[in-house]
Amino acid sequence: MAEPVSHVTAQMPRAKLAGLLLFFLGPAVVIYTLFSIYPLVATMALSTYTSDTSGARSFVGLANFQTLLGDALWSKPFWNALGNNLIFFVVHMCVQNPVGIALAGLLSLPGVRLKGFYRTVMFLPTMLSVVIVGFSWNLILSPLWGVASGALKAVGLGSLFAPWLGLESSALVTLSLISVWQFVGIPMMLIYAALLNIPEELIDAARVDGLGQFRIFFHIKLPLVLPTISLVSVLTFVANFNAFDLIYSVKGALAGPNFATDILGTFFYRTFFGNQLQLGNPTMGAAVATVMFFIILLGLCLYLFLVQRRIRRYAF
Amino acid sequence: MTRDQRARSIGVHLVLIAYSLLAVGPILLVVMNSFKVRSAIFGSPLTPPDASTFSLIGYEKVFRSSHILLYYSNSLIVTLVSMALVLLFGAMAAWALTEYRFRGSTALALFLSIGIMVPIRLGSVAILNMMRSAGLNDTLTALVLVYVAQGLPMSIFILSEFIQQIPKDLRDAARCDGVPETRIFFEVVAPLLRPAIATVAVFTIVPIWNDLWFPLILTSSDSTHTVTLGVQQFLGQYITDWNSVLAALSMAILPVVVIYVILSRQLIAGLTSGAVK
Repeated sequence: MAEPVSHVTAQMPRAKLAGLLLFFLGPAVVIYTLFSIYPLVATMALSTYTSDTSGARSFVGLANFQTLLGDALWSKPFWNALGNNLIFFVVHMCVQNPVGIALAGLLSLPGVRLKGFYRTVMFLPTMLSVVIVGFSWNLILSPLWGVASGALKAVGLGSLFAPWLGLESSALVTLSLISVWQFVGIPMMLIYAALLNIPEELIDAARVDGLGQFRIFFHIKLPLVLPTISLVSVLTFVANFNAFDLIYSVKGALAGPNFATDILGTFFYRTFFGNQLQLGNPTMGAAVATVMFFIILLGLCLYLFLVQRRIRRYAF
Repeated sequence: MTRDQRARSIGVHLVLIAYSLLAVGPILLVVMNSFKVRSAIFGSPLTPPDASTFSLIGYEKVFRSSHILLYYSNSLIVTLVSMALVLLFGAMAAWALTEYRFRGSTALALFLSIGIMVPIRLGSVAILNMMRSAGLNDTLTALVLVYVAQGLPMSIFILSEFIQQIPKDLRDAARCDGVPETRIFFEVVAPLLRPAIATVAVFTIVPIWNDLWFPLILTSSDSTHTVTLGVQQFLGQYITDWNSVLAALSMAILPVVVIYVILSRQLIAGLTSGAVK
């Protein structure tokens, strides 16, 4: 962010500069530190404590993490949630990105009319609350209403219908696809913007060389938007490993059937707040949050150190 | 246009239309059926309401059995106050970071950017403790404070990019005339940031309006619920009453859709502008 500054400000007396910085930066830094950074640090600190029935806290070091990863009562649901979360993420990567890229590719073709209309319509679900989207799909897929089964019957595939959200085998993938349906607008928009930024001369040169639109897309445009695709992937990673609203609003805190849709967000909520089966446990909740923090950090580091560097080197 | 090109153009439009239908179909279906009597919801879900099937019974029930207007006003207050503070404090910080040279500015920018990637949600346990001990538990103030902290990093990042694009001559001319720095910011720079509002809105304001997590954790009484939480709880209670459920869903959908359609041009321009490179 540091830009060369005009010499007028460089000559400012130090006391005056300090005053200005305090005035301009003070409010943002104070609120951000107090309500964002401090809670994160305090949560991590809390994860090394335990509280007894009277509410008194005592330091236990890493014992909470040992319990979480080693005690079957905790580790089984934890690994289940982590595994489900991975599936949730893989479905996003395998469906959301290709669909987003394809739509962006179609929208950026020369001479396509009504672009603005299509963009507006396709981005609409992304603007809605996850709760509303989840519940609406819950109704649509419900065998009670019969809209989904009716639609399948209309195209001759009626026998394929099953109460997908209710079955242990398909609930998680169905929820992932609902989430993909809602958020496909983000990769579409970001990749679309990146495609528009490709210099016209490059495309023209390829066309003069006799390449068709299809090959231009795969051989020229796609490699050039790889940095955007990896940015979208890391955004998806952070959002997925922090997701909660969709599962909670469709399946409740217990993430049924039989915890088949439990992801880290719902596991964290249950641990922290409790539910029908267990009492809330803030210190264990803090431990789960800390583990989630490190998982997200790991993803971010992988992105920064591996993906981003390599793409810079080969694509530009 | 050759026949080949025309055929391809039709193909492209067919795919785009098909996907557009998939994107709005479910929303239309819910809104459409919320205006129908129960028998028509189940009997012919795909047809729009007509004179014989039109009914507002679901909406009446929602108004009667929930404080939906109160939820709306809570959501509005929280979102607007957060938005004002995010924009004001964000622009001020972005200005200081881009305009003044001082030791530690890079470190400070990095410190502020942690919040772009690390979700503040993970600090919920400590946030709840803090709010409880400050007596802010179950107040809208608690929500505003958390949302401002959550929105600031991204808005500082976006606004910095905008401020860098403002010609340097503008501020230097003002400086040579002896205009104080604070007035340069509020009277010269801030008005030029208006186009950035849409971008900031997409990335920070929409998530605030739609959030379920913090209202769920920080507010416990009905009088402090936001629309998202209020509707979520209503849906849970009235799950078998399809008229009410569809009406409640539609009431949560419609305001967002109306505002989105009015502002979509700016919102999408904001999303595809320099904000994310």
